[in-house]
Amino acid sequence: MRRQLYEVQRAMRSRRETALRRGVIAVLDIGTTKVACLVLQFVPEEVGEGVETRPVLRQGAFRVIGAANTRSRGIALGEITAMDECERAIRTAIQGAQKMANLRVDHVIVSFSGGRPRSYGVAGEIEVENGAVAERDIGHVLAACDIPEYGHGRDAIHALPVNFALDHRSGLTDPRGQIGRSLAVDLHLVTVAATPLRNILQCIRRCDLELAGVVVAPYASGLASLVEDEQELGAACVDIGGGATGLSIFVRRQMIYADCVRMGGSHVTSDICQGLQVSMADAERLKTMHGGLVATGVDDREMIELPSILGDWDHDRRQISRTELIGVMRPRVEEILEEVRARLDASGFEYLPSQRIVLTGGSAQIPGLEMVASHILGRQCRVGKPLRVQGLPQSATGTAFATAVGLAMHVSHPQDECWDFEMPADRQGARRVTRALRWFKENW
Amino acid sequence: MLPVKTPRRDPAPSRLRYRLTRLWLRPGFRRLANFGLPMLAGLLAAWTLMAEYDLRGRAMLAFERVREAIVDQPQFVITRIDIPDVSPDLAEQIRVAAFVDLPASSLEVDVVSVRARIEALDAVERARVRALASGVLEIRAIERVPVVVWRSGPGLQLLDPAGVRVAEVDSRLRRPDLPLIAGEGAAGQVPEALELFALARPLHDRIRGLVRMGERRWDLVLDRDQVIRLPETGAAAALAHVMDLQAAEDLMDRDLTVVDMRDPRRPILRLGENAVAELVRVRAMVAGEDA
Repeated sequence: MRRQLYEVQRAMRSRRETALRRGVIAVLDIGTTKVACLVLQFVPEEVGEGVETRPVLRQGAFRVIGAANTRSRGIALGEITAMDECERAIRTAIQGAQKMANLRVDHVIVSFSGGRPRSYGVAGEIEVENGAVAERDIGHVLAACDIPEYGHGRDAIHALPVNFALDHRSGLTDPRGQIGRSLAVDLHLVTVAATPLRNILQCIRRCDLELAGVVVAPYASGLASLVEDEQELGAACVDIGGGATGLSIFVRRQMIYADCVRMGGSHVTSDICQGLQVSMADAERLKTMHGGLVATGVDDREMIELPSILGDWDHDRRQISRTELIGVMRPRVEEILEEVRARLDASGFEYLPSQRIVLTGGSAQIPGLEMVASHILGRQCRVGKPLRVQGLPQSATGTAFATAVGLAMHVSHPQDECWDFEMPADRQGARRVTRALRWFKENW
Repeated sequence: MLPVKTPRRDPAPSRLRYRLTRLWLRPGFRRLANFGLPMLAGLLAAWTLMAEYDLRGRAMLAFERVREAIVDQPQFVITRIDIPDVSPDLAEQIRVAAFVDLPASSLEVDVVSVRARIEALDAVERARVRALASGVLEIRAIERVPVVVWRSGPGLQLLDPAGVRVAEVDSRLRRPDLPLIAGEGAAGQVPEALELFALARPLHDRIRGLVRMGERRWDLVLDRDQVIRLPETGAAAALAHVMDLQAAEDLMDRDLTVVDMRDPRRPILRLGENAVAELVRVRAMVAGEDA
């Protein structure tokens, strides 16, 4: 099971390299409320002369040449509920971006926000073979990690080596070439439910696209919205999306925890819809036009005309004050944030050297969220817009596009994953020729 | 009353449309559709039309008919060739060389080639050919004027000052008014020859001609087989010297055969037989007197 999955990941990686060599790749953020697509063009770059045994991705600069987003259909809580509808949404986004770029894209990297991601910290240790740590020692130590039983219906989606330790000297990011005896690694393994992931793969395949990678959405938004020293010293990114709130914790530029709260902005909308008895579309409009989280005296006097259901202006007129609207929205947001706090407490976030919290995602635009979040999470919070990316249209620079931008950053600077290293022969498939070749390579 | 709500239109492209768009974004396919297919269709259409022999024949016939209808318009007809300011026999030559059948259409007469043919004549230096609106083909030619007669190997030729052949003559007596030059390479030195003839004007009635010797210098030949040999450079000065002597001492009337001026510092005279005998006699007489 695991071996097969890693082969899938390797295939995706090789496709990503093909796409980068071709210079054009699309990133697709499949969210609950919108599907956003960016087409990236990479500047072709000469491969350095130091060709490693492990193929090195070109770390080139890129620019966005096409961007499109559309309202998503058939997706709830970040998972596909209606395949056809979802496929149409993806087609719309892809076609719009292709049209803007005037280029055909074949490879796409997808973010996945549903599927109840779960994080595992895994450790492994081996003896170094020849004194200095070589490429294959890293493969060995990664293979030596004892993978926990994460359940039958789940797939590993990320396996990031976050820390290497060489003879009790911890905190190494790249131990290759160093002298030591025992090499240990901490691996961050993220698993998601297999069925929603398979649905996404199937959906992409039905759009005639090739999948070149799957990234959990909180990881991508963390990459885009955390600034460099936040990633270095420790920070949490809370991506409050439409149907799910992602949570990722970074320290020393590595993601060490990812989780997801299955609540988001659409729940706030449905609260308004039920509490004020308006249609869903009107509730969404009320939320975006007048919504807020902190009531002041002025809000008592600011009256909002509710759209009437019957359309009878004479008999069916209702007005509410903005305070009432805030009173409807705030409990749900507090609930979401309390859930986030519970996850943060469970993850051991308080032991990090710095504990910044960055709020992003579409729902982070609610006025007053920073104040409420600081209150509930007990730490300084800021609303983080995604980093600036060359060529990104102004309309796609808001917090709602953090995941899409983060995917682009992930493509241009991919982090090493477990399957980027070659597995030792005894753990790999029983292809004899490959094993014989490997034996020759290792002994001469 | 409730307004009728139209269902919200889904902007999603259909699967076929999506695939077609992606196909269209393929650069190769795009090039094929934009250039390849129209070119192929055009070629095919042209090929099928031209393959029908009848059709092609008819098309060419129709074209020919239209062309003739235009060409045969009375406005375009040339009825006369005008050659002003040229001697009659040269005009006749030009008329033959122009090779235009009258009446002709001015659209069909190729004035450039007519001009080329006329300028190919020896006696014509330059020509201008115009089809005038009044149905006249006007040919203005500038005649070459012969200045010398050149006797070369095959016969006698008339040359103009540039040394270009104007015409051939069968006898010297046809143009007794022109001076005669002879010898290989004389044609290239006509201006110098003319200058020498001008200098030798006092001996005008005795000159037979100038002979180019070895393609480098001139001999002036007079009657009674007298020869004045001139140097390669400074021939005019040498001849002027001789003419001065002629004016002062009637040099050429004496019994001389050769005046050799090839070395201007040391002119040499060769005497005739009688003169030599006379000289010997006079010298002996002088010697006898002395003795």
